[in-house]
Amino acid sequence: MEDEKSTPQECPDIHATRPVPVMHPSWWIGGAALILFVLAFIRLLVTNENLQWGVVAAYLFSPEILAGLGRTLYLTFLAMIFGLVIGTVLAIMRLSRNPVFQVASWAWIWFFRGVPPLVQLVFWYNLALLIPTVSVGIPFGSDLWSADTNRLITPLSAALLGLSLTESAYAAEMIRAGIQAINIGQTEAAATLGMTRGQTLRRIVLPQALRIVIPPIGNDTISMLKFTSLVSVLALPDLLYSAQMIYSRTYQTIPLLIVATIWYLILATVLTFIEHYVEHRLNSDRPFDLSKILPSLVRSRFWGTGRRGMSV
Amino acid sequence: MSGVMPLLKVERLSKSFGSHQVLNSIDLKVELGDVTCIVGPSGSGKSTLLRCLNYLEVPDSGVVFLEGEPVGLRWRGKKLFRMSFNELAVQRQKMGMVFQGFHLFPHKTALENIIEAPLVVKRMARMQAVAEAMVLLEKVGLTDRAHYYPRQLSGGQQQRVAIARSLAMQPKLLLFDEPTSALDPETVGEVLTVMRQLAEEGMTMVVVTHEMSFARDVADHLIFMDGGVIVEAGEPKVVLSHPTHARTKAFLARIL
Repeated sequence: MEDEKSTPQECPDIHATRPVPVMHPSWWIGGAALILFVLAFIRLLVTNENLQWGVVAAYLFSPEILAGLGRTLYLTFLAMIFGLVIGTVLAIMRLSRNPVFQVASWAWIWFFRGVPPLVQLVFWYNLALLIPTVSVGIPFGSDLWSADTNRLITPLSAALLGLSLTESAYAAEMIRAGIQAINIGQTEAAATLGMTRGQTLRRIVLPQALRIVIPPIGNDTISMLKFTSLVSVLALPDLLYSAQMIYSRTYQTIPLLIVATIWYLILATVLTFIEHYVEHRLNSDRPFDLSKILPSLVRSRFWGTGRRGMSV
Repeated sequence: MSGVMPLLKVERLSKSFGSHQVLNSIDLKVELGDVTCIVGPSGSGKSTLLRCLNYLEVPDSGVVFLEGEPVGLRWRGKKLFRMSFNELAVQRQKMGMVFQGFHLFPHKTALENIIEAPLVVKRMARMQAVAEAMVLLEKVGLTDRAHYYPRQLSGGQQQRVAIARSLAMQPKLLLFDEPTSALDPETVGEVLTVMRQLAEEGMTMVVVTHEMSFARDVADHLIFMDGGVIVEAGEPKVVLSHPTHARTKAFLARIL
C-alpha cells in the first residue's frame, strides 16, 4: 500500500499520462455467463435432429406458406387501419364535453379491452346464432336492405371484426394520451387565430399527437401481427394455420412451427425497422441516415453516453 | 373622433376562480391606435383580464364589446345567447394574441406557422399567403429563418415569429400576455423593438408587461392593477413618476 501512495514528485506529468479506464468485472462475468447460454442454445439448434432443418428449408418458401404469410400481413394491416380509425374517433369522443359521447366511448373501450380477442373471434364467427339477419332501414319501419348474417360473416370478416375492434380500444387510449400530452397553449394559440375546433384538431393537435403515438402504434402493429395467429381457430389459412395444415398431413410439426416462427420474426424485424424509420423521420430534420437508425434498434441510452474509458 | 365608439370597451367585468375573486367589476376603454399597458404584481388579475378580452376565459359577469359588438354573446330577438366556439372564432380573428410561452406550432416552420391561419381560416391562396408572410417576416427581421422549425430558433426569434403569426390575420387589436417574461435579458430588446415599431405604425395593442421602460416610452395609457381592480390609470409618465395611490407607490418602489 505504501509504495502505491507515491508522492507527486515521483509520478510522471499528469497531463502526459493517459488514465487507465474503469474496469467492470461484472460486465465480464455476466457477459461470459450469457455467452455460455447462447453457445448452448446454438448447439441445440444445430445438433438436435428433431428440428429437421432440411424440412424447414423445403417449406420456407412453399406457395402454401407464402399465401398464408400474405394473409397474415393483410389481416395485420387492415385490422390496424380499421382499429386506428375507430380508435381516433373514440379518443375524440372520450375528450368531448358531451357526456353521452364520453360514456359511450368509455363503455366501448371497457368492453373491447376486457374481452380476450380469441373469445371475440369465436363470438363474431357465431354472430348468426344471436342475430340471424342484418338489415338497414328506417327504425320501426320498412327495411331498405337486409342480408343473412351467415353470408356476411365469413372467417375473414369475423377475424377483421375481432381484431380491429380490440385494436380500436387500445388505439383509443393511446391517441387520447397523445392528444392530452399536447400543451393547452397550442389550442389557445389556434383559437386566437380564429381557427375552429375542427381545424385546430385536424391541423394542430392530431399531427402533433400522432408523433407521440407512433412508437406505441408500432408496438401495437407488432402485437397485431402475432394476434392474427388467433384466426387459425376460424380455419382462416394465415401463416400459422397454413403451417398447421401442412403438418397435419405430414406430421412434421416442429419443422413447420419453425418455418412459421422464422417468418413471424422476419416480419417483426421489418416492422421494428419501419417504426424506427418513421419515428426518425418525424423527430428529426436531418436526412435519413441508416447508420444512425441501425444502432438505435438494439442500443438505448440511459447511463450517459458511456464512451470508452469513461466511468459514468 | 368624438361620437365614435371605442374599439374595445369592457363593462363591469368580474371573474372568480372558486372562491377567489380575480377580477372585480373592471371597466376599460381602448381607442383605435392606442397602446395600453397593464402592470401590477403577480396575481393581480392582469393576465386574466387580458384572457377575458378574447374569451379564452369566460367572465362570470360583465361584457367585453369589440367595435360595439358583445364578445362571445349574441342577441336573437330579446334573448341573449352564448356563442358557440366556432362563432367565437370569427370574432377572435379580429383580436390577435401573443403569449408568454410563444406557443408556436412545433411541427411547422416559421413560415408555415404564419401562413397556417390565412390558409385555413381565410382560405387565402397559398402564393398570396406566403408573399404576405414573407413581408411580415421581414418586418420582424427573420427573413432568413423562414424555413426553421421553432425548436431551432431562440426564444426572442420564436416570439417575433409569434407576433408575425398574429399579424397575418390582420387583427384590429393585438393582445400581449407578458411577451418578454420567458426570454433571456439579452433577447428581450429584440421583441420590444418589434412591438415599438408596431405601436408607431398605429397598431392597437393591450400589453400586460413588467417592462416599465417600454410602458413609459410606448404606452398611451398605463393601467395599474392590484387585487382584481384597476387601482390607478392614466398617462404612463404621470402614473409612474407621480403615483397617487399607496399600492401603486409600493409596487413601483419595489420594481423600479
